[in-house]
Amino acid sequence: MSESISALNHASYDGIAKIEEIGLQGMITLRGDLSDKVLAKAVKDATGQKMPAQREALVNGDTGACWMSTDELLVLVPYAEVEAKLAAMTSALSGTHALAVNVSDARAVFRISGGNARVVLGKLSPVDLAPEAFQPGQIRRSRLAQVAGAFWMDDAETFRVVCFRSAADYVFKLLKVAAQPGSEVGIY
Amino acid sequence: MLILNCPYCGVDAEETELAAGGEAHLKRFGPGSSDDDFHDYLFMRENPKGVHLERWRHSNGCGKWFHAARCTQTLEVFGTYPAQTTEPPQEIKDNIAAKRPGWAWREFS
Repeated sequence: MSESISALNHASYDGIAKIEEIGLQGMITLRGDLSDKVLAKAVKDATGQKMPAQREALVNGDTGACWMSTDELLVLVPYAEVEAKLAAMTSALSGTHALAVNVSDARAVFRISGGNARVVLGKLSPVDLAPEAFQPGQIRRSRLAQVAGAFWMDDAETFRVVCFRSAADYVFKLLKVAAQPGSEVGIY
Repeated sequence: MLILNCPYCGVDAEETELAAGGEAHLKRFGPGSSDDDFHDYLFMRENPKGVHLERWRHSNGCGKWFHAARCTQTLEVFGTYPAQTTEPPQEIKDNIAAKRPGWAWREFS
């Protein structure tokens, strides 16, 4: 079997914040009735997390569950385990009106870290990223300049950004420009 | 800048995160309908200066369609509500009536 590599193969950039493409991340899109107990148990079995509430991201390292919309979750699992977790999930949901799909290779994941992480992302996204408004534990689907993207915070100075793999190069360049030395805005 | 609250994900999304979807509460006239009804369904749209009910999609977000009541003249937003309805909820009608007494839009007032 061929070796899987991520879109930009761990490209990174150091500016006012550190931008890293963090490589392969197992991702499962799960759609269905989020109030369904069977669905909640499948999420718990795959990630150890409870069902996330509206705009909640329950993520621990490369495992977790993120609320994407009223009937959609993004389930994060280690890349090597995605097939096994997906099979377990699919069989657990066989009697339920739900859909689980492996989208790991359709996405790219970035990490923005450093004291200016909020500034860098705030330049690209029409989202209030002030510490009072956006905190670890929340997820926001929005846009990064011209493409769709979702992000959450791992801690007070670290964002993880997910976008489509086909837009990975564009997003990396955007983040690089936004993180250029000397481009601090100083609002957050 | 238009800012609408998405009733599904609860965020105040600004215009660039949304996609406009035209007039709300259209009743479809398909096969079997009269030519006049079909013509009106296809082409006849409200173009008010004032209260308007529209469809919007949170396209760079949760991806859901919802409805919004706003004023085309001042961009004032009276409220947003989920798309699973054939008429604006009473709360939205009350909001509009409080700001624009005597308003009417198609068969709603």
